Amino acid sequence: MITLDKLTKVFETANGPVTAADHVSMEVPEGEICILLGPSGCGKTTALKMINRLIPKTSGKIFINGRDTDEQNVTELRRGIGYVIQQIGLFPNMTIVDNICVVPDMLGWDRAKSRKRAMELLEMVNLDPAVFANRFPKELSGGQQQRVGVVRALAADPPVMLMDEPFGAIDPINREVIQDEFLKLQKEFRKTIMFVSHDIDEAVKMGDKVAIFRAGKLEQFDSPDNVLAHPANPFIADFVGSDRTLKRLRLVTVGQAMFDAPAVTEDDTLDRAAGVMRDLDHDFVVVTDRHGRPDGYVRQAVAEAKHGTIAEHHARLPVTVEAGQDLRTAVSQMFTHDVTWLAVTDSQGRYQGVVTQQGITHLLGKTYGAAATAGTAAAAE
Amino acid sequence: MTTAVIAFRRAPGLRHLLTLLLVFALGMGVQASGLVTDIMDYWGDIVFLSQQHMVLVLVSGGLAIVTGVSLGILLSRPAMRRWAEAVMQVLNIGTTIPTLAVLALSMTLLGLGFTPAVFGLWLATLLPITRNTYQGLLAVPPALKEAATGMGMGSGRMLLKVELPNALFVIFAGIRTALAVNVGTVPLAFLIGGGGLGELIFTGIDLAEPGMMLAGAIPTALLAILVDFLVGQGQMWLIPRGVNPLR
Ligand SMILES: Nc1ncnc2c1ncn2[C@@H]1O[C@H](COP(=O)(O)OP(=O)(O)O)[C@@H](O)[C@H]1O
Ligand SMILES: [Mg+2]
Repeated sequence: MITLDKLTKVFETANGPVTAADHVSMEVPEGEICILLGPSGCGKTTALKMINRLIPKTSGKIFINGRDTDEQNVTELRRGIGYVIQQIGLFPNMTIVDNICVVPDMLGWDRAKSRKRAMELLEMVNLDPAVFANRFPKELSGGQQQRVGVVRALAADPPVMLMDEPFGAIDPINREVIQDEFLKLQKEFRKTIMFVSHDIDEAVKMGDKVAIFRAGKLEQFDSPDNVLAHPANPFIADFVGSDRTLKRLRLVTVGQAMFDAPAVTEDDTLDRAAGVMRDLDHDFVVVTDRHGRPDGYVRQAVAEAKHGTIAEHHARLPVTVEAGQDLRTAVSQMFTHDVTWLAVTDSQGRYQGVVTQQGITHLLGKTYGAAATAGTAAAAE
Repeated sequence: MTTAVIAFRRAPGLRHLLTLLLVFALGMGVQASGLVTDIMDYWGDIVFLSQQHMVLVLVSGGLAIVTGVSLGILLSRPAMRRWAEAVMQVLNIGTTIPTLAVLALSMTLLGLGFTPAVFGLWLATLLPITRNTYQGLLAVPPALKEAATGMGMGSGRMLLKVELPNALFVIFAGIRTALAVNVGTVPLAFLIGGGGLGELIFTGIDLAEPGMMLAGAIPTALLAILVDFLVGQGQMWLIPRGVNPLR
């Protein structure tokens, strides 16, 4: 756990004092990623570097797992914190494996042990150790170097990591890939992480919590969904963007927006299909095959007008989504195929239920409705 | 900075070639005029004076490397930042003084003999090494130092493991320049009683004795080539591959 308590930094400059951190208080629970977000110059880097004491603070306190960082030996403190910077900072004179083992070597780890761990870590970020371990940094692409930068910070297995725009210098496609890899690592290692970013999309994707700064002040400290749904003030609303509700689509899975809707099989009659639709008040019903996979659908108009078995009258489904995918994917598929609903499957392709445009709108709107009511209640008092 | 390094990398090759051509042409002429036997008359002197010559290079060059690198490191430390530029300015002015004048000044201070010769040569050689060490260390990207500090590396370890290795190529370039100056100046050491092959060259000129002059000049040239070759090899193989543009 990382705790900041009224953390303050004032730089004395030629043009007078600059307050880069102004009584910042927050807490990052163990195993979570907290994104420090805000426009350039708002004090994100300063806040981060006060934690590993690269920048001395003016006042306030910092605790890591309950221990006051001021009371620790600065070298020990830093060796116990994984540190990743935007410029990566791999040492060009050392091979990749030696770069990774810098901290373990300083800590006096057994060489065989640290080298073995370095190899495992390389493998986890999809860099074949046989190929890359003995290369020099200049022989790697930017994305590969950044992966090594992350792995190096993890090498001595520190409980806490500080990352300053670690993926900022990478092209957008590679960035997505590295972000995903990192989230996978994090799932396994569960580090407590402070992560600086100026990119709201990255923050929403990577963060358990988001801390938004303006001119050294912590403006909002909340879950990504709350920051998007309920920006605390106009500055934050503007910073997260007018399309913030669309961004929330990424945070919700199809499974959360899905509802159960019984399906029919090819052998059922159209009459039965019509009955199901009437019960549900839907104008369609999904048809599944013998393995329980969605195979097509029947329209209400067809079911009411015709007779016979479903096998003769069902239409094909243009596309399905998996319950684990995010709503952004689902909505994108709806637009692509010009449909208002999709059949949802589990990871094996078996039918689970349906997700509709109306259902999505309703789900996203619920939180706004609740806030509006709360707002009215507050106003009434 | 980079252009200087590239120019420097190209120059030695050219210099080797020119020197070899020169030696070859001389050899042809010498053969024809029967100078070879004249030169061989001085064989005993050549061997003895070459040894003196090499001792001068090794002692003054070695001392210059040790002191130049140390001084460069010292000046590059943050605590010295306020003085470093001023000291570098003084050293820069030092280079504009011709090496012969440096030797003369050294003689004025220390008299005649081996010690003033070594001192003068050391002084003339010191600057490129100090300057390149200092600038090479300053040019180490701040991100590397920040990463090192952030990982809990102390300043001594950082100097050895990060700063020096990453400045090594520039430092070596300085050593190469310095030793070229050194080897070129050693013949002059004879003038202040330092010995070396200069004795054959200058006496040969005085006595208008081409055989004697060449007996000094040819080994001097060969020695210069040898030294440059050795430093070049050092530059090639002692600098880690990750920071060595030659590999
Ligand atoms: N060493 C310093 N001296 C003076 N001012 C500084 C220094 N470092 C940062 N600042 C100022 O503090 C503010 C916050 O900087 P920083 O933390 O780097 O912002 P961010 O990382 O959010 O872009 C800026 O106004 C910056 O100019
Ligand atoms: Mg920053």
